[in-house]
Amino acid sequence: MTLLYALIAIGALALVFGLILGYAAIKYRVESNPIVDQVDAILPQTQCGQCGYPGCRPYAEAIANGDEVNKCPPGGEATVKKLADLMGIEAKPLAGGEEAEPIKKVAYIREDECIGCTKCIQACPVDAIVGATRQMHTVIADECTGCDLCVEPCPVDCIDMIPVAETKQSWKWQIDAIPVKQLD
Amino acid sequence: METLLEQIESGKLWQFPGGIHPPEQKSLSNQAAIGSLPLPEYLVLPLKQHIGANGQLLVNKGDHVLKGQVLTQPGTNWSLPIHAPTSGTITDIKPMPSAHPSAMPELSIVLTPDGNDAWCELETRASLDGLDNKALIDIIHHAGIAGMGGAGFPTYVKADSAKTIEYLVVNGVECEPYITADDMLMRERAQDIIRGMEVMMSILSPQCALVGIEDNKPEALAAMQQAAKHNNKILVRSIPTKYPSGGEKQLIKVLTSKEVPSGGIPADVGVLVQNVGTLFAVSEAVYEGKPLIERVVTVTGNTIHKPQNVWALLGTEVKHLVYSQGFTPVEDQRVIMGGPMMGFTLPTVRIPVVKTTNCILAPDNQELAVAGQEQACIRCSACADACPQTLLPQQLQWFAKGQEYDKLEEYNLFDCIECGACSYVCPSEIPLVQYYRVAKAEIREQKLEKVKAERAKERFEARKARLEREQEERQNRHKRPARSAPAKDKAKVSEALERVKQKRPEQSAVQAAIERAKAKKAEGDTSALEPDNSAVALERAKRKEQARKYKEEKAGSDTGSAPKDAVAAAIARAKAKKAVQAADTVESQEQDPRKAAVAAAIARAKAKKSGDEPKQGSEDDPRKAAVAAAIARAKAKKAEQDPEHNSASASDDVKTDDPRKAAVAAAIARAKAKKAAKEAEQVEEPVVDDEPEDPRKAAVAAAIARAKAKKAAKEAEQVEEPVVDDEPEDPRKAAVAAAIARAKAKKAAKEAEQVEEPVVDDEPEDPRKAAVAAAIARAKAKKAAKEAEQVEEPVVDDEPEDPRQAAVAAAIARAKAKKAAKEAEQVEEPVVDDEPEDPRKAAVAAAIAHAKAKKAAKEAEQEEEPVVDDEPEDPRKAAVAAAIARAKAKKAAKEAEQEEEPVVDDKTEEDVSLDDDTQTEALSPEDKRKAAIRAAVERAKAKKKAQEQEGNDLS
Repeated sequence: MTLLYALIAIGALALVFGLILGYAAIKYRVESNPIVDQVDAILPQTQCGQCGYPGCRPYAEAIANGDEVNKCPPGGEATVKKLADLMGIEAKPLAGGEEAEPIKKVAYIREDECIGCTKCIQACPVDAIVGATRQMHTVIADECTGCDLCVEPCPVDCIDMIPVAETKQSWKWQIDAIPVKQLD
Repeated sequence: METLLEQIESGKLWQFPGGIHPPEQKSLSNQAAIGSLPLPEYLVLPLKQHIGANGQLLVNKGDHVLKGQVLTQPGTNWSLPIHAPTSGTITDIKPMPSAHPSAMPELSIVLTPDGNDAWCELETRASLDGLDNKALIDIIHHAGIAGMGGAGFPTYVKADSAKTIEYLVVNGVECEPYITADDMLMRERAQDIIRGMEVMMSILSPQCALVGIEDNKPEALAAMQQAAKHNNKILVRSIPTKYPSGGEKQLIKVLTSKEVPSGGIPADVGVLVQNVGTLFAVSEAVYEGKPLIERVVTVTGNTIHKPQNVWALLGTEVKHLVYSQGFTPVEDQRVIMGGPMMGFTLPTVRIPVVKTTNCILAPDNQELAVAGQEQACIRCSACADACPQTLLPQQLQWFAKGQEYDKLEEYNLFDCIECGACSYVCPSEIPLVQYYRVAKAEIREQKLEKVKAERAKERFEARKARLEREQEERQNRHKRPARSAPAKDKAKVSEALERVKQKRPEQSAVQAAIERAKAKKAEGDTSALEPDNSAVALERAKRKEQARKYKEEKAGSDTGSAPKDAVAAAIARAKAKKAVQAADTVESQEQDPRKAAVAAAIARAKAKKSGDEPKQGSEDDPRKAAVAAAIARAKAKKAEQDPEHNSASASDDVKTDDPRKAAVAAAIARAKAKKAAKEAEQVEEPVVDDEPEDPRKAAVAAAIARAKAKKAAKEAEQVEEPVVDDEPEDPRKAAVAAAIARAKAKKAAKEAEQVEEPVVDDEPEDPRKAAVAAAIARAKAKKAAKEAEQVEEPVVDDEPEDPRQAAVAAAIARAKAKKAAKEAEQVEEPVVDDEPEDPRKAAVAAAIAHAKAKKAAKEAEQEEEPVVDDEPEDPRKAAVAAAIARAKAKKAAKEAEQEEEPVVDDKTEEDVSLDDDTQTEALSPEDKRKAAIRAAVERAKAKKKAQEQEGNDLS
């Protein structure tokens, strides 16, 4: 009789735990590799392809599979450092020897020179250029990631990459204003 | 227990933690009544003077405007209008330095007053009757009222709070040193402020309104109490003087004991805070209809002759303000907008007064010390004691310096109100607030970027999805008419692709080789070949080592096999030989060298493959394996004859028609050939290994047979060489011909190898000589095989695409390959050491053999080197020269081989005799002498031959 009780008890426990596990499997389901998402979240999403991958997510996947973390010039050293922290590896200087602090730029179409070829529209990875065939195109500056990809296809070279102007909002206090003295 | 309201009503006050007591310096400016300024020459009105968006411009350059006329139309998103502070003409609309620490230019309206100060029509009202909340909020909105305490938050947004407001707190604390603007306003306009409060109360209907005034402003306190007497809901409270009790959160704590949650706003705890100046503006707007166009500004500091509060029109330049009050700048004069604690030093005095400007402080250098040198933190924790927000300024400082933004947020950096109390108390003069400001800006920017990145990602993904959809649609459109296309074809294609894919992994080594070759080609210059060669050589060495190991293993496993092996092997070998001879004749008869070469390559590959299989079987049953191998070989050779014509012609067409294709095809063919050669090597080795196991006969026989095989191989090579050499006479065609010839030569070399192999196999005729001889002979055979291999491989690597360069490159490569081969030989020689069975003799013999082999190798090298140096610079002559060089190199190689052979053979004979004498050491020097002489004679003969051949070639 005790044996029967034991069996029943164990069986009931198994059922309960099974249900809990089953529920947890559904509730806390991880859709994709979380590390890829984490890496992707760190990348600047310029989709510029300077890393050699067609977009930020493919690079994130590559990093998750062991690629170098220093291939993202738009992200600068900060991104490299974050990625290195995330992946638990040593941070390296940027692969291409780019400056540590990339200057943010946006594309600007000199509209009177634009012939309306739509080539830049096709090149833009984030659909930040509006226009139609034989109509003037323009860049939505707020959506432009400064990826440079539209400059190359332009047959009349009417696209400039201009640095984003500093505003009062983006202005930062200059900590360098505090004099730094080298102590011997 | 009293309720909170009861406690508040009973006059209870609470305390906030931290706080400091800086010198007040208020008496400087609160002695005189609020003055007025002469109209400035022009007013600069930034479109944006508050937190939020700016409005749409309503005026154009050149327009005449009246005092109080609206200049911008507010939109949504917390935008506020600005109004003309006086009547005049809009002379310009352009970016001007703004009231910001950076003085960054901002779009501003430049108004030149006409001096009339003519008001536009104002809508005044005596009471709030008939005005609902919405109308009141609208009035406040359109009056352009923003928080005048410092932050500039749009008042209408606050008034339109969705949350229930229990307490309206009016901030008349004005805790910062020097500033007395609110003090004076309360003294002079208490009535209006209370009226403004009542407007706000009618909108928000709080339980009560609390006015907080520091106890260092008794006049203001009295005036406010007097003005508020009629309304028992308004409680005017005197609070202890302590900086920063004027901070919104601190004041709420002091008056109501409530604490605003981190990251929250006062409305979250049912409190709304308004500055007295703001309420005055509300009153003016509602009752007088006047928009916010002027404010009280304290102009103070030791450099100001007449420090006092003035009514300043918005847009008045600081310069005008200070000079109107009498200003004597000192050296390194600083002009601070705001108070000494939270204000900022203006980069220029040509900056306008805006809605948030409450003080212009122009101190001399004594009263407000210039920040000294930053010292190291001594961890005194004075900053933590002073912090009214109970933060850990010291920790924050470390994190800010280390740019650990996550940590900063973790330590609630954003709860910092930037009051400057920590910097004030810091004995090390660390500008803590400065660090926090930088860090905050950085974090804010990063967050903005993150948002932007998220949006970019969304757009990118949306675009990707759209492109895919479009692609699909396009395909579907094309599919419908093209449905007739049979599915069979597709299946075939996919099958073929599958096959290719499956093959790929197998050929990885080959592919690697092809890739290497391509890479070299891409580089184009011969200088790049050298490091690559070394890599190849390394690989080769590895492979050899593997092969050797494999051999040893095999030898170990085979030694126990029966003595019948030899007989069976002999029969098999005889058969194989016959087959080979047949094949050879067929091959040599082939008139079309191109076809022959291709066919040979294919056939060889097949033969090798087929040869490979029985080899594996031979491990199990050595007897059967040998027979099977022989049969297989024979079949392979036969097979070679038949499909040759078919496959050759087929593949030939593909190859030779298109030069580009041909190159690719050649590369593939070469790769295959290489593979085949490797396989062949493997095939050869076990076969060779089989023999010496039969201890007596086989070994001796092997030596003889191998010697024959070598002779045959050399003959074959020599036959081939002239063919190669003859061709490149015509300088134009030479390059192409050279390429073809080289390909042929390679194939021929491989053939020769193959010829060698079977010949090596059929030994067992002579059943007498020593095992030592066999061992040495085997070693030589291996050397020869390896040499052949090495000669092939590097040549395979550098494909002659550019005919001119290729010819030169080929010559160099070949020369190098040969050198490498000889070096390899030297490396391999220890293998010779392993083999001799007789331990006593073998050792001596081997030593001698080494020495000689090395000598020979060196000679060969020396002979070759000049050849390498000769290298044809002239691209036209290159091909011819290359051919000659090749011939020479080959001859040299042969010579070296020939030299080696007899010498070593002699020695072995002597060793045999020594066996009887047992005087090894005494006789060996004599052997050396004899061997040297013989070698010299051999060499001389070889050279003569070589010269003759050269002569033939050149003619």
